[in-house]
Amino acid sequence: MRSKDFGYISNISKSFTENETLEMFEKICTCRNFELQVKIAFDSGKIKSPIYLSYGMESIPCAISAIYKKPAIFAQHRGHSFYLANNGDITALIDELLGKSTGCARGMGGSASIHSEAIKMFGHDGHMGTQIPIATGYALATRKNTLAVMGDASGEEDYVLGALGYAATKKLPILFVCTDNNLSILTDVKTRRSWKMSDVAQSFGIPSVEITDDPWLIMHHTKMFMQNLPAFINIHSVRILWHSGTGQDGAPEWDRYALIKEELTRLGFEKKAEEIETRTKEYIDKLWEQQLNKI
Amino acid sequence: MTVAETIKKITREHLLKNKGLALGQCLTAVGWVGGTVPELKQEEGLVELSMADVAGGGIAVGIALAQRRPIYIVRYQGFQWYNAPMIINYAAKSKDMWGIPCPIFIRSIAMDGGIGPVASGSHHSMYSRMPGVPICAPMTPKEYVAAWEYFMSHDDPLYVSEHRRSFAIDYEIDDSIQENPDITILAISSTRLNAIDAIKTLEQENIKCNLIHLFWLKPFEVTEKIINAINKSKCGALILDGDFENGILKSLAYDISQNVTKPISILGLEERSAGFAPQCDNLPPSAVKICNRIKTLIKNI
Repeated sequence: MRSKDFGYISNISKSFTENETLEMFEKICTCRNFELQVKIAFDSGKIKSPIYLSYGMESIPCAISAIYKKPAIFAQHRGHSFYLANNGDITALIDELLGKSTGCARGMGGSASIHSEAIKMFGHDGHMGTQIPIATGYALATRKNTLAVMGDASGEEDYVLGALGYAATKKLPILFVCTDNNLSILTDVKTRRSWKMSDVAQSFGIPSVEITDDPWLIMHHTKMFMQNLPAFINIHSVRILWHSGTGQDGAPEWDRYALIKEELTRLGFEKKAEEIETRTKEYIDKLWEQQLNKI
Repeated sequence: MTVAETIKKITREHLLKNKGLALGQCLTAVGWVGGTVPELKQEEGLVELSMADVAGGGIAVGIALAQRRPIYIVRYQGFQWYNAPMIINYAAKSKDMWGIPCPIFIRSIAMDGGIGPVASGSHHSMYSRMPGVPICAPMTPKEYVAAWEYFMSHDDPLYVSEHRRSFAIDYEIDDSIQENPDITILAISSTRLNAIDAIKTLEQENIKCNLIHLFWLKPFEVTEKIINAINKSKCGALILDGDFENGILKSLAYDISQNVTKPISILGLEERSAGFAPQCDNLPPSAVKICNRIKTLIKNI
């Protein structure tokens, strides 16, 4: 079932404007270059606390945030890209990873517990999946759009299922997203369970879909679901690096970034995409250099 | 006004005037949680949760993050084992971690045995081990109001250990300090009532007892009154209802012992599981049990 084109809709990229596509791509480049810099800083010993990189999975937060604007965000570890895609202050995240008091969580959160009042992103306590019932309570209290992000492993937590059921019962404005990289550290989904998160959501009466991490496909379904919350999207993606740290076990199942660039070329945006790539790389590299020089 | 009526009034006002929320399981069932829950609807802020205990605690945390100051009603303290995780691991840490207050008024309701392992003890200890959660155990209307006023003037989650025996109480309970006492008893929650009964019996046997009622368990202040009372006695005893001795009791006793010159003993639940049959139950120290322990303590000094 897992594949680079699972659930793909032919020519879906053409249903978005050039601006929408390029803005989304710029976010992806920002996140990707940021994660590469984290890797460098970690490998050189400048980051001393554990890191959880979303390298390879950037398309999910970037596509969702392109459509689902300014929700309250409840994510967990591997949340750098959700923070960045939702316009979190880049310098504050660098400082957070460097353990500085000027970090977005004053150094308390590190990589796993990113918090930002400015973008309404709530920190995580480190226990997988707790963000889902907490997001449910927040949406119940505010009735405002909420984004609740889980992984394929945290989705298995019993209290996640209880919260999904309650969100369905109370018709809460929550977009549930499962960033399904098929791995709980190194144990794959089929070893852990015989059921699908999207089926569970569906059984609760929550509209759901299971798709690959093509960003236009994600944007399409996000757009469709926005008027019909709560909704659930299970997105197959590839975590290129280790669960924690920067190691890599072999070639990735697919390289979404390369596939996106191919599609941008097919759309005729090759030059503009290259320009965005170069510009974001220079910008992110410069910010890292600037913050590292302050150590 | 009874404690139950006080709780009901506070809740009603919080929901209707403060836009607060009260939530829990089976709130509208027969009795409305011992008559402590106002008969309001969801639109007015009374929220029925599903029976998913762990998720329910998380939902309370999310409501608190939205600054709606929820009253989270847990009908049996034993259910805290499943309701507490996200309150303890998120709400209690939220201010330290991210600078965001997460105030929840946790109504944790105890009763004296009769339901086997379902709601057996060790509930104060569960919360007391995590920084960031004050704990109190009100037994009178004024104490309940004090707990509420603390909650509304602070931004911490507050663990309020209630006891069903308090619901009918419509009077205040004062400390009792004697001249030349044999012992100073410090009692918590429903054991305060048992201690009063025990003292009546002990007085008939010429054993003079001070009785100090403890309302705040955390932070716990070893007051001059406690210090003087114990130091003027032969010894002190600390008594708790729904908790085992290897928990908060020993922590409190340690704090007291650092400030007094006399030995402190503790009396709580026995170190065993409770069963359903009366002979298998594990009840809070009764008046008889308190009497017997105190007589033994004094005899051995």
